[in-house]
Amino acid sequence: MALLAVHNLTQRFGGLQALTDFNISIADREFVGLIGPNGAGKTTVFNLVSGFYEPTEGSITFDGVPTRGLKPHSVTALGIARTFQNIRLWNNMSVLDNIRLARHHWLGYSLWDALLRTRRFGDAEAGVDKTSWEMLELMELEAYAGEFPKNLPYGLQRRVELARALSVKPRLLLLDEPAAGLNSADVDGLIRVVDWIYSEFGISIWMIEHQMKVVMALCERIVVLNFGRIIAEGSPGQIQADPGVIGAYLGDGML
Amino acid sequence: MHTAVQRYTLNILLALVCLGLVLAAYWDLLDSYVLTVLMFMGINIIFAASLNLVNGYMGEFSCGHGGFMCVGAYVGSVLSVICFSSNKILGAALLPSTLAPWIFPLILLASGFSAALFGLLVALPSFRTRGDYLAIITIAANYIIISLVENIDIIGGPRGLSGMKRTMNAMRDVADIPWMLIWVMIGTLVSLTLLRRLVSSTYGKGIRAICQNEVAAEIMGVNTDRVKIVAFMLSSALAGVAGALYAHVFGYVNAQAFNILKSTEGMVMVYLGGMGSLSGSVIAAMVFTLLVEGLRFGIPALDSLLHAAHVLPADVVLSQIWKWVFIPLLLILLMQFRPEGIMGNRELWDLFPRLKRWIRFR
Repeated sequence: MALLAVHNLTQRFGGLQALTDFNISIADREFVGLIGPNGAGKTTVFNLVSGFYEPTEGSITFDGVPTRGLKPHSVTALGIARTFQNIRLWNNMSVLDNIRLARHHWLGYSLWDALLRTRRFGDAEAGVDKTSWEMLELMELEAYAGEFPKNLPYGLQRRVELARALSVKPRLLLLDEPAAGLNSADVDGLIRVVDWIYSEFGISIWMIEHQMKVVMALCERIVVLNFGRIIAEGSPGQIQADPGVIGAYLGDGML
Repeated sequence: MHTAVQRYTLNILLALVCLGLVLAAYWDLLDSYVLTVLMFMGINIIFAASLNLVNGYMGEFSCGHGGFMCVGAYVGSVLSVICFSSNKILGAALLPSTLAPWIFPLILLASGFSAALFGLLVALPSFRTRGDYLAIITIAANYIIISLVENIDIIGGPRGLSGMKRTMNAMRDVADIPWMLIWVMIGTLVSLTLLRRLVSSTYGKGIRAICQNEVAAEIMGVNTDRVKIVAFMLSSALAGVAGALYAHVFGYVNAQAFNILKSTEGMVMVYLGGMGSLSGSVIAAMVFTLLVEGLRFGIPALDSLLHAAHVLPADVVLSQIWKWVFIPLLLILLMQFRPEGIMGNRELWDLFPRLKRWIRFR
């Protein structure tokens, strides 16, 4: 059974049809790319899947659970994590706290435990501490644990955001343009990190990306979106040769 | 050894200070004015620190904190009068006066609980909106609460409510110690401990996450609606406790004491001390209380000085109303020259890291 199943998803904002009859099914441990020109509706798809918008029509099922009506934090609890095109870290909290907070849903203690400092609170906080440090070490961020993200270079901020998303222990990771704003050396580093995450954590990854180098290096399957509709789907090789895709990117007049 | 020192120094220090003050009050070393100012300081600390949870840590803009103090003050006063005072309307004293020291903390808890319920009533509809809209809703709530109290005649209406002195006398009959000072101290320390424990836990850091990026908080699994309501209710509850203490320190309450000016005082203290800094709120509340009391003497002094220097014409008098010129002026100067407040999002131990060697803050 597919991990994520999206059926006939349609999204309208007032008179604007942002997405029309979008279908996709992502299996366990699959790396899928989502590409398309600016304004094609790619981020809208991610916002629908992560629960920010309620779809006008259609259904989204994750691991057999329909997600319609769930708040984003409940969708995350099912096992979908995401990063953002423009980095959204908590800038006035240490990197360690950024990672720790990703365990908020799984703390396992109540407000009263926190106020009365019960044993359950102590154990839970110690557990969160342990897993967070492990994550920092895995992502080679332990040297920056005490820094504020706003003081880190852009490439490292991306890495912190990836580490934070992985801390929710997702089964599906949504990456929204992870290479945006990175220089070419950082892009090479990003490709290595994401590839390593994909094999190390054994999760499914769904990535929006503009840089073809990144898409071609990582994705096993690519979906192409234009004006809210899927215009092509297939392996990187098939997509590169697809005349419709070339047309969408370069304009039909070029053909 | 070292950690044992770190763990207990703060507690021992606070215990010594409190014990010193209580003994000084017991041996009549402090006159009743100084004592009242001290108690008022404690109440202001609770009021400012609890408002800081919403306005500082969570980054919302609640302008009606005085309203929740009003709820706590009236619930506490009414319960106190019902229990320990004979009153034409509310009937004879319900409980023997020997029980007063045991019942009083329950009265404080009940005041906090009812203020929290009012906080919930305000929070539920207003968290669909943020920022300016929350400010407007909380101002409206402040007015509604005050009008409500003023229109309930059984609790005195606009005349206010008294009779709480009976409860204090009842406690004094059981043991002749400075009860109100002790209760204010306990209230202040417990409130600060609860707030500190909340904001330093991972659960409570969700409040800061909402302030810094709400979208990220929601997407990383923080139940933002729930965390906001928890923060708002705890904040209101502590304001309610502050209100109940206030009512018993003065022995009289009037709804107008908790109007928008009271809420403004709270905001002045929060922004003076620094948003998201508990030690800042504590320092600011102390400074602010001393400033307000200082103006009580400073304004007449300034008045005679200006008259002596013939700056002011003889028929113009600087009255205490000028307090409300000087205090907002302080806010304007603060926003101009140090908008982050005294502490600015840091705690005392961030500014003086050496403190950590002796004291562990949790």
